[in-house]
Amino acid sequence: MAVEITGIAPSPAGRLTQLNGIYRKLRRLPIIPVVILTVVVLSGLTAPLISPHDPEKGNLQERHIPPFWYSPEYGIKTVVDRVTIDGRLTQIDLRKAKKVDPEAELGDKLEILTKPGGSARYILGSDSLGRDVLSRIIYGARISVIVAVVTLGIGGTFGVVVGLAAGWYGGWVDEVLMRLVDIKLSIPLILIALVLVITLGQSFGVILTVLAIFIWPRFARQVRGEVLQLKHSDYVALAKISGASTARIMFIHIFPGTINTLIVVATLQVGIVILLESTLSFLGAGVPPPTPAWGSMIAEGRDKLAGGIWWSSTFPGLAIMMTVVALNLLGDWLRDTLDPRLRQME
Amino acid sequence: MQKFLARRIVLAFVTLLSVSVIIFILGRVSGDPRHIYLDDYSTQEDWDRMGEVLGLDKPYWQQYGLFVSGAVRGDFGRSVKEGRPVMDVILERAPATLLLGFVAFSISLLVGVPLGILSAVTRGAILDRFGKMVALIGQSAPPFWLGIMLMFLFAVKLRWVPPYGREDWNSILLPAITLGWYYAAANLRLIRSAMLDVLDSEYVKLARAKGVSNTGVILKHGLRNALIPPLTFAGVTLGALVTGSLVVETVFAWPGLGRLAVDALFAFDYPLLQGVVITFTLMYVTVAVLVDVLYAYVDPRIRYA
Repeated sequence: MAVEITGIAPSPAGRLTQLNGIYRKLRRLPIIPVVILTVVVLSGLTAPLISPHDPEKGNLQERHIPPFWYSPEYGIKTVVDRVTIDGRLTQIDLRKAKKVDPEAELGDKLEILTKPGGSARYILGSDSLGRDVLSRIIYGARISVIVAVVTLGIGGTFGVVVGLAAGWYGGWVDEVLMRLVDIKLSIPLILIALVLVITLGQSFGVILTVLAIFIWPRFARQVRGEVLQLKHSDYVALAKISGASTARIMFIHIFPGTINTLIVVATLQVGIVILLESTLSFLGAGVPPPTPAWGSMIAEGRDKLAGGIWWSSTFPGLAIMMTVVALNLLGDWLRDTLDPRLRQME
Repeated sequence: MQKFLARRIVLAFVTLLSVSVIIFILGRVSGDPRHIYLDDYSTQEDWDRMGEVLGLDKPYWQQYGLFVSGAVRGDFGRSVKEGRPVMDVILERAPATLLLGFVAFSISLLVGVPLGILSAVTRGAILDRFGKMVALIGQSAPPFWLGIMLMFLFAVKLRWVPPYGREDWNSILLPAITLGWYYAAANLRLIRSAMLDVLDSEYVKLARAKGVSNTGVILKHGLRNALIPPLTFAGVTLGALVTGSLVVETVFAWPGLGRLAVDALFAFDYPLLQGVVITFTLMYVTVAVLVDVLYAYVDPRIRYA
C-alpha cells in the first residue's frame, strides 16, 4: 500500500525543539511537590507492607545505630583529666583512656571506635530504644495523612457550612459567626489546644477535634466572601425564580462556585495542620506513645543530640519540612492557576 | 476612627472573657482542685475548710465570678508547684519572654524587610532565589525542629553559643533566631509582593520619568507604600511570637512564660496555668489593639471608613 508523504519528516533539531517545548511545559507543573506528596500518602497507606521493621518494637542491643552511609567520626578523642560535661564527644577521661591504651597520657589523641558504623539493616539508623527510624517515619506518615484527612473533613465541612450560612443570610447570623472567627484569630490557640488535649485526655479523637477547631474559621471566612459575590449573580436569581429551595441554591448552585478557592485553602491548611499536630506531639500532647508521630520522634531524639545521635530527630523533621514545603508550593501553584484573585490576601 | 477603636476594644474584652470561661471550665473539668493541694493525711475538716477558702461550696457561676474578680485584681491564687502567689511567678518570668519576643521581632524585621526589598528589586536573580529559600524554610520547618538543628550545629558541634538556659548575653541568639525565622519569612514574602505591586504602579513610573534615582524610587516611593501589608501582619506576628515562645522556650530551656505554661500544664498546677493563659491572652489582645490603632493611623482609608 502506498502512502503519500505530505509533511516533512521532523529533523533531529526539530525534535529537540519539540522536547524543549515539552520540558518547558513540564517545568510549569509542580512535579516535585506532587512526587513528594504521593510518596508521603503512599507510605501512609502501605506502611505495613513497605516498612522494613516493626515501628514500635525495638531491639535494645541495636540502639543508636547510625544511618547506613554514616560511620561516626568520634573515633579521635583527646585525653583529659576528667570529662566534666557529658556528651562532649571529643574528650575522654584518663581512666577510661588507660583501659583502651595503658600508655595513654593527658593531652594524647586516641583513636577509639565506640559505636558501630551504619548498616543496611537500619537505613536511616535506629533510635534510643533500638527502633528503626525509617519504619517509624513511614508509620508517622500514616498518622499525618489520617490527621490531615480527618481534620480537613471535619473542620472544612463545618467551615464551609458556616461560611455558606453567614454569606447567604447575612445580618446577625453573619455578625455572630464572623465575630467568632475574630475571637478564634486573637487567642493564643496553641496554648488553649495544649490545655484542652491534656485536660480532656490525650486521645486521637480529642486531638483531631482540637485541630479541626483550629482550621474551620479560615474556610468559613473564605467561603463567606465567595458567597457574598455569587449570591447576586443572575443564575442564582434565576434559580430562585424557578422555585429552587434555599438548601438547593446553597449547595447545588453556590457551593460549586467556591470549590476552586476551597482547594487552594485546603492545600495550604493541610500544611498548617501537619505543623500543628507535630507541635502538639513534640510538646507531649499528641498521639500517645509508642505510636510513631513525627513530632514525638523529634522530641524523643532531642535528648540524645548532645551525644552525637543526630539521626533520630533530624529525619522526622526533614519529613515534616518536605511535606509542608510540597504543600506550600502546590498551594501557591494552585492559587496562581485556579484563583489568581486570592494572591492579594496572603 | 472612634467607632473602629471601640469595636476593637469590645472585641478584645469578649476575647478575654471567652478565654477565661474556657480556662475556668477546663479547670473544673480536670477535677476538684483540692486533690492537688491536700494529701492523704488531710482530714475531712481540712477538706471543707479549703473548700470554703477557695469558694468551692458555692455554685459554679459564683465560683466563676470569684475567679474573674480575682483575676481583675491580679490574684490567681497560689501556685501548687511553687507554693507562692501565681502573680509573683508570672511577674518573675515575664521579662524573659518579652525580651525574647522583642529580639525575635527585631530579627524578623531586620532580615525580612531588606531581603524582601532586594528580592523584589532583583526579581528572578540569585538573590531572589535565596530569599525564596529562606522564606520557604521559615514557613515549612517546624520551629522546634529548626531550634534543635541550630542547637546541634552551633552549640553542640561548633560550640559558639551555649545550648540552653539563660547565662550569657549570647544565650538569646539561638532561641531568637528560631522564633524570628518564621516571621522573617512572612515579612519577606509580604514586602516582596507589595514592593512588586508598587514598583509596577503609575506613580513610580512617573517618578522614574521625572528622573528620580533608582534608590530614591525604591526607598521613597516604593518602600513607604510597601510597608502597609507587613504592618497589618505585625499584629498577628507580635501576638503569635508570644505563643511561639511556648515551643522555643521549651526547646532552649529559656526561663520565660512559655516554658512556665508547659511546666504548669504537665504538673497539673491549675492556678498557675490559668494565670499564664490569661496573661498570654491579655498580651495578645493588647498587641492586636495597639497594632490596629497604629495601622489606622498610617492608612487613612481605615481611619475614615
